[in-house]
Amino acid sequence: MEKFIKLTSTVVPLPIENVDTDQIIPARFLKATDKNGFGDNLFADWRYNKDGSPKADFVLNNSLYSGSILVAGKNFGSGSSREHAAWAIDGYGFKVVVSSFFADIFQNNALNNGVLPVVVSAEFLAEIFTSVNVDAKLTLTIDLENQTVTNNATGKSVTFVINTYKKECLLNGLDDIDYLLSKKDLIEAYEQTII
Amino acid sequence: MNSNTQETPFRGEGGSTLFDKIWDAHVVSTVENGPTQLYIDRHFCHEVTSPQAFNGLRERGLKVFRPELTTLTADHNTPTIHQDQPVQDPISRNQLDTFAKNANDFNMPLFYPLGHIKNGVVHIIGPENGFTHPGATIVCGDSHTSTHGAFGAIAFGIGTSEVEMVLATQCVLQSRAKTMRITFNGKLGTGVNAKDLALYMISKLTTGGATGYFVEYAGEAIRNMSMEERMTVCNLSIEMGARGGLIAPDQTTFDYVNGREFAPKGEEWDRKLAYWKTLKTDEGAKFDKELVFDAADIQPMITYGTNPGMGMGITESIPTLESIDEAGRISYQKSLEYMGFEAGEKLEGKTIDYVFLGSCTNGRIEDFRVFANYVKGKKKAHNVTAWLVPGSWMVEKQIREEGLYDILTEAGFDLRQPGCSACLAMNDDKVPAGKYAVSTSNRNFEGRQGPGARTILAGPLVAAAAAVTGKITDPRN
Repeated sequence: MEKFIKLTSTVVPLPIENVDTDQIIPARFLKATDKNGFGDNLFADWRYNKDGSPKADFVLNNSLYSGSILVAGKNFGSGSSREHAAWAIDGYGFKVVVSSFFADIFQNNALNNGVLPVVVSAEFLAEIFTSVNVDAKLTLTIDLENQTVTNNATGKSVTFVINTYKKECLLNGLDDIDYLLSKKDLIEAYEQTII
Repeated sequence: MNSNTQETPFRGEGGSTLFDKIWDAHVVSTVENGPTQLYIDRHFCHEVTSPQAFNGLRERGLKVFRPELTTLTADHNTPTIHQDQPVQDPISRNQLDTFAKNANDFNMPLFYPLGHIKNGVVHIIGPENGFTHPGATIVCGDSHTSTHGAFGAIAFGIGTSEVEMVLATQCVLQSRAKTMRITFNGKLGTGVNAKDLALYMISKLTTGGATGYFVEYAGEAIRNMSMEERMTVCNLSIEMGARGGLIAPDQTTFDYVNGREFAPKGEEWDRKLAYWKTLKTDEGAKFDKELVFDAADIQPMITYGTNPGMGMGITESIPTLESIDEAGRISYQKSLEYMGFEAGEKLEGKTIDYVFLGSCTNGRIEDFRVFANYVKGKKKAHNVTAWLVPGSWMVEKQIREEGLYDILTEAGFDLRQPGCSACLAMNDDKVPAGKYAVSTSNRNFEGRQGPGARTILAGPLVAAAAAVTGKITDPRN
């Protein structure tokens, strides 16, 4: 897994609430047996017309907006457990998703792929949307070491929560399987206690 | 791991909740300032969310640690007709072939591919074959794994990275969820079933209202339910964001499990049963959140929007725009536009095009009994295309044995072959753009049942009424 330390980037605003994983990557694209290529179909039904041409009014097709931070409305990633949603976000080039609320499974999946979900208050989220409306070239700075997110238009900086273990994993590019494999003796000992 | 929910759950004083008891019995270790290493008793696996996990094992040169604890079935990306013939779509065929190759390469003994007598929807074949036990930890790369909580188990959906972890170590790393109890006092009215109860609850909590929680369902209305109905309720826990839902096991649970092929037998049964009988929330145990509903307030439910929280009683009107929080109005309008509905309008009497009976939510024998009982002596409406998809071959067999098949065919319906089918429309069972489907499945997201398809979620009884009238109809009339 890639390391994540600090990032300053312009943002892509998606002020829609309850964006579910069927919107992030529709089920008909889940037939692949590897992790590649999902970024091309990120938000496919919002992004493309039936004939495959881009829908002009969708934010990913608007040249004003770009960057590796997606800013979305509350309850991002609800629904299906498909990790393909995280692969699609990562594959498109997003390294951070900022929202006021994430669905549980998506949040785990994102972290397991080196994509950082950043939870901010509803007010701070609304301010980001306002700032990017004023200036599409707004940048945010995400500092994982200090757990801060800064709106560089207003200069306002807030902290975000992440558990220490996951933070260390991201800072060092380590994953959970490495950790669990190092605990095989504990697992075998546990199995002896099962009734 | 969830930074939405950092509070420490309250435990200890006053006793333990059912969730706490099962969780504590499965802790292998705790990472300092981090998640819990949780042992998994039963892992279910399907063709769509597992190939990358097996690839990961190959890349790391690992074997499957406990192959006998994983049950594999193909269900999401399978056709529901002509299953005896080669799968037409080459990409789907490749996914199914890859699944078989993985099961073979890693010596998985419990592999049920397309055509196998035990094949079917993963959350249906698990319980019916006796793989699902009270007190167990159960995971699957599928969010509706919460279904198995009906047996008094901690069951939850995981991503593919976690599927790889379970295959490699039989463990996952998870932070402890907060606990919620939802009590339904009293009895459900005539014509109101478990799906209505669940859609009612989700409409009250919203689609993110239980995020970070494990929910225990309690109360008279839950106790009176069969295992099939309990599975429907627990199945839908994820639709309000919950990690999972569970119901304390009782005689109904034990009677269901006893005698099934993979259920404990003999002395092992006696020993486990004695343990299972201890699995209930202690009186005085504290939950992080408690909600109480009156079952008598619930009427047959339908959804009007594009997430399962957007539900209402069948006789009610769609909420007006003014009643929605300002931050949510753009999403609300987008949702109604997609559905072709107006705020404030009633849906009763509206013409529909498709009916889908099936899925891990409502593809069990009891759902087919309810549907068949309603359509008996009536005829399918000409304007309706109906897809009736049993959840497994075992359900299909029972439908025939109980004479339901004859009732259904006399009324103009036919059965398809088992699979997830139009619930997520990965196969050819897609509702065309703009068409309305009354569906017993679990998600009414945009495009869920096919690009542009408009889904109205409901229980099997409302679906049956829609199928014979061609309209949204209150089955109590």
